[in-house]
Amino acid sequence: MAKEMKTPERLLRVPFCPGCGHGIFVRLMQEVIEEKGLSERYISAVGVGCSSNSIGATYGGNIVEAHHGRAPSVTRAMKALRPNCFVWTYQGDGDAYAIGMLETIHAANADAPISVFVINNNNYGMTGGQSAPTTLKGQVTTTSPYGHDGNPIDIIPQLMTYEHVGYIARGTVTSAAEIRKLKGYIRKAVDMQMNENKYSFVEILSPCPTNWHKSPIEACNWINEVVTQKFPLGEFRG
Amino acid sequence: MKELWKGSHAMAEAAIRAGARLYCGYPITPQSEIMEYMSERMPQVGRIFIQAESELVSINTVYGGALTGNRCVTSSSGVGISLMQEGITSCFSKGLPILIINVNRTGAGMGGGGGEGGSFSGGQDDYTRETHGGGNGYYRNLVFIPDSIQEAVDMIYNAWDIAEPYRNPVVLYTEGRLAQMMEAVEMPEFKEREPLDWGVDGTSKEMKEYRAMNKEYYKYKQRIDLMRENEQQWEEYLLDDAEVVVVAVGLCSRVCRGSINKLRAQGVKIGMLRPKAVWPFPQKGFDALPKSVKKIVCVENSSGPEMLEDVIVAMRYTDHLKTVPVYSSTREGLIPTKELIPFLQGVIDGTVKEVG
Ligand SMILES: Cc1ncc(C[n+]2csc(CCOP(=O)(O)OP(=O)(O)O)c2C)c(N)n1
Ligand code: SF4
Ligand SMILES: [Mg+2]
Repeated sequence: MAKEMKTPERLLRVPFCPGCGHGIFVRLMQEVIEEKGLSERYISAVGVGCSSNSIGATYGGNIVEAHHGRAPSVTRAMKALRPNCFVWTYQGDGDAYAIGMLETIHAANADAPISVFVINNNNYGMTGGQSAPTTLKGQVTTTSPYGHDGNPIDIIPQLMTYEHVGYIARGTVTSAAEIRKLKGYIRKAVDMQMNENKYSFVEILSPCPTNWHKSPIEACNWINEVVTQKFPLGEFRG
Repeated sequence: MKELWKGSHAMAEAAIRAGARLYCGYPITPQSEIMEYMSERMPQVGRIFIQAESELVSINTVYGGALTGNRCVTSSSGVGISLMQEGITSCFSKGLPILIINVNRTGAGMGGGGGEGGSFSGGQDDYTRETHGGGNGYYRNLVFIPDSIQEAVDMIYNAWDIAEPYRNPVVLYTEGRLAQMMEAVEMPEFKEREPLDWGVDGTSKEMKEYRAMNKEYYKYKQRIDLMRENEQQWEEYLLDDAEVVVVAVGLCSRVCRGSINKLRAQGVKIGMLRPKAVWPFPQKGFDALPKSVKKIVCVENSSGPEMLEDVIVAMRYTDHLKTVPVYSSTREGLIPTKELIPFLQGVIDGTVKEVG
């Protein structure tokens, strides 16, 4: 039986590099928002990074810009003042785990009923592929030409120590099956906020073919074979 | 009815009565009592209190709250306000009329080194940052500086009404002592305002509105020029026949007032121009000074001359003041007391050297 795939009404364009994971996330999010009837009832704060390319990717909607790393603070206030809206952040790994680690940790700990979505592409994509706190040991980037010295940070074990956090998952976009799973995670994150008034968190391992100097397929293979060894996939809470 | 209020509590209550829906702050002396008061009071009146984990969180939380079109307030001091600068300049660029209560402590860096009064008695050391913008880009905040707790209350009560039409951040800039002392205050009634039409509320139309805002004010220079034209505020004290004019702000101006009274009793023609807004600086107050003025004295409660620069610029733009000599007094962050009258006497006698 053939099934028709409809483009979400509000999706105008996908202003990312070919093979980038950001575009898949933006589309999935719009599909879920539409499906849940939240099109006129959501606010998102986009961090600084390639996520900010998404401003203009969707029609209307309440997308606001947050300073680098500050989206959880921005949304925490917005949720408090607009409690009937689905309020979420859309951040990069540099945004959430380097300059914004403080907010990432404390918004979760403070039990803020927001949803945090982090696109983890192991580097600072927008500024040209510098190493980030998620860069793998030995990985070559534009600021680690001899291989990265640091160790990749996985935030999920830390978030797991907060009993009250409603939902924690990590997905990826490397295959149709993974994309379907990720969509399920996004749905649950939305429900956790809207039905249980609890914090939810989803990290997305995402290819950055441009800065990894890989083809889109090579990039996906690298995630599946190497990155997932350090950043395991699945639902951890909820 | 007047009641006795501590400065920090009175300022917090005034913000609540002016319609603050959300407060977010991080502790820092000498204004942590604002935050403590808010934590108790905001929930009582159905408002939101959020304790931040840094001033970055404070400013970005009020940024988010203000994006929804609500009145939001934060408060801090010294280094705390320094840490907020990235967010403050963005509140300007996004057209968000947040209120910042800035209670000055003394000195650069971590503060301290303020002499006898210690680092927390406060001074006017952050004058330049507050009035000329500590963040990136060409922007300005509206900055009001009170000389009493009552005036602080009144300024806070009116702050949003003044700032919202311009969609501009507004600062209540005061000194540590004012936050810590007590005075009799007439607290105004609670006020409500109509919801603004530009806040983000989850419906799709809003984004366009918040980006477009009022065309006139979206152009930064135009907005700044309009505020400069319309929002100057100052007090004139015994100026009609004045030959010597003291320019002073905040608590420092109270000491000046006392000294002026004493010198007047001795027949000296001396008065005071007291800016109540330090940005925009009251150029019009200088324009209105009488032709009798022979000397201008800038008295500041700062470690070094800061407002002096604004005074000199204002005089430069006033035909009859261009060549009038100017004198400067600063006091390491302590309010000048005993020394002020001899200093002013020296200015009058010509034994104190003019600036330059
Ligand atoms: C305070 C501040 N510092 C630095 C920057 C420059 N900057 C813009 S995007 C970016 C990197 C973002 O990387 P990440 O969050 O991982 O997002 P990605 O582009 O990889 O999706 C940086 C450092 C900025 N905008 N603001
Ligand atoms: S630089 Fe990387 S993360 Fe940014 S759009 Fe291109 S592929 Fe995506
Ligand atoms: Mg990244």
